[in-house]
Amino acid sequence: MAEDIKLEIRNMTKKYKTGDGVENINLKVRKGELVTLLGPSGCGKTTILRTIAGFLKCDEGEILIDGKRIDHLPPEKRPTAMVFQNYNLWPHMTVYENLAFGLKLRKVPKQERDRQIKEILELVKMSGMEKKYPSQLSGGQQQRIAIARCLLLKPDVLLLDEPFSALDAKIRSQMREELRKLQIDLKITVVFVTHDQEEAMALSDRIVVMEKGHIVQVDTPANIYENPINKYVASFIGEMNFIELEDKTIAVRPEHVSVKSGEGNGIKGTVRAVMILGHYVEITVDSEYGIIKAYVPNESVVSYYPGESVTLSFSKFLEYPKDEKVVM
Amino acid sequence: MTLGLFNPRRWYYILGRKKITELIILCVFIVFFYGPLIHLFILAFADKYEYPWVLPREFGIRWWEYVFKQKSLVSSMSLSFTFAFLSTAISMVICLPAAFILSRYNFKGRKLIMLSFLIGNAFPKIGLYTSIGIIYYKLGLMGTFVGVLIIHMIESMMIMIWLPTSAFRSVPRQMEEAARDVGAGPVRTFFSITLPLAWPGIAVAAVFAFIASLGENQGTLLVGLPTYKTMPVEMYGVILDYPATAGAVFALILMIPHLLLLLLLRRYIGPETLSKGFKMN
Repeated sequence: MAEDIKLEIRNMTKKYKTGDGVENINLKVRKGELVTLLGPSGCGKTTILRTIAGFLKCDEGEILIDGKRIDHLPPEKRPTAMVFQNYNLWPHMTVYENLAFGLKLRKVPKQERDRQIKEILELVKMSGMEKKYPSQLSGGQQQRIAIARCLLLKPDVLLLDEPFSALDAKIRSQMREELRKLQIDLKITVVFVTHDQEEAMALSDRIVVMEKGHIVQVDTPANIYENPINKYVASFIGEMNFIELEDKTIAVRPEHVSVKSGEGNGIKGTVRAVMILGHYVEITVDSEYGIIKAYVPNESVVSYYPGESVTLSFSKFLEYPKDEKVVM
Repeated sequence: MTLGLFNPRRWYYILGRKKITELIILCVFIVFFYGPLIHLFILAFADKYEYPWVLPREFGIRWWEYVFKQKSLVSSMSLSFTFAFLSTAISMVICLPAAFILSRYNFKGRKLIMLSFLIGNAFPKIGLYTSIGIIYYKLGLMGTFVGVLIIHMIESMMIMIWLPTSAFRSVPRQMEEAARDVGAGPVRTFFSITLPLAWPGIAVAAVFAFIASLGENQGTLLVGLPTYKTMPVEMYGVILDYPATAGAVFALILMIPHLLLLLLLRRYIGPETLSKGFKMN
């Protein structure tokens, strides 16, 4: 449905003098959808985000929001709001002033301003912090305020540039959950940039996997996990065993490898290491095709020990042509 | 048994050779550095000071009253501050935009321009003032208020460009981008975000410009006489015409603003801001 599309990028190209950049980017983001741009650093995901926000001019192509072109507008005229990696709260302003800045520019009357700020602080669980300065807050708190600053302005599209990468692991996953909840409750359209595939899997409605300035695959997290389009995507998302045969490469997820003691039909190998990772166990097997990892449920594992001969079989696997090179 | 507390030999063995040398150098330095200052203080507060007495026989503020009664001296003070305020303010208006451009755009010849501001301070000033004098005569600026003001601004030009340039440079671009993003245009972004964040560096520059202007004498002497006599210029006359005690009072008054400003500087702005300010990139 055409009216569903909030943000559209058509044939966008942005090249830097160094030759890096992005080429032929086509992307449609539906209203209320959270789309993640995922890829290693330098793949161009931030470039795309910055062209949407207006900090970079694209060389070719169009960017549309609600069907209207915005690529000629300066950042302040675009209906987008961006949350930066380093929060970028203005250190000389209090939390209140940071939040009020955008509202003042929009000539929102003082009473209305105060009410909205109170409301948004409640929403991001930061009530009563109005008078604090950013340097008095922790990283997680600063990022909450930064997100609040953007949400206050009710942007058509919210852009997040690796917003949680400066936070420690525990707060990161907590913020992730909260952001997802906010996004669903408020029905905001979000473009999220990350290099962390786990984060992308946890958050997104759809993931855009990028490599060297190109989009490689766009799909839901489950589909990308199940059917990675090539070896690059397969290696980037989740754990994957690659078995090189003469004419092709076979890719198997560790959870699709089953392990049996003793000799039998299948790939022969010896157990090299057994590692208990909570509810499942990772078994590393030295096989005739190299190292293969298997995830097996915790209870069935008692009998395996390093040096034991085992036979492996695959319940599910993917095949890729031989000539492709995997870039990690 | 009595221990001679002032026996140098004991000191030597307590402190060791290195420490004792350092101590002696420090003492010499203190005498050299603070001796004249102390003498200045004694002179300034000496009401009765006659040969052959080493110290004044009466202390008081007689000479202070005397100095403040001299109309020309008092007016030179207010003139000095007028010049200092005006030259600082005007050179801020001129230099800050230039500093902003120099910090934000990496055009060809940027470093050359930065260096060119150093040149004015790299050669003996008197040569510079001679050529300025020639130009001033042609333009009719000799002996005018504007003429003196320009001299004072040249004095502070380098510091007013260099320090604010690095101050602007140290404001993260993304702070500005965040402001643009929430809807502020370039001008408002500059005044609401960039300028306040660069303020400490700019304040240092302003303080230095102010002090430089207060201390400026050669140029003012050449260009401003006889109409415009600032405090340092008046000092020449004071040395020649007034008793030494009046001169001491005047010298102390000249020192006060410098001291205050430097104290402010130390209190609010660390040495890093200063050292960072003189980096070229």
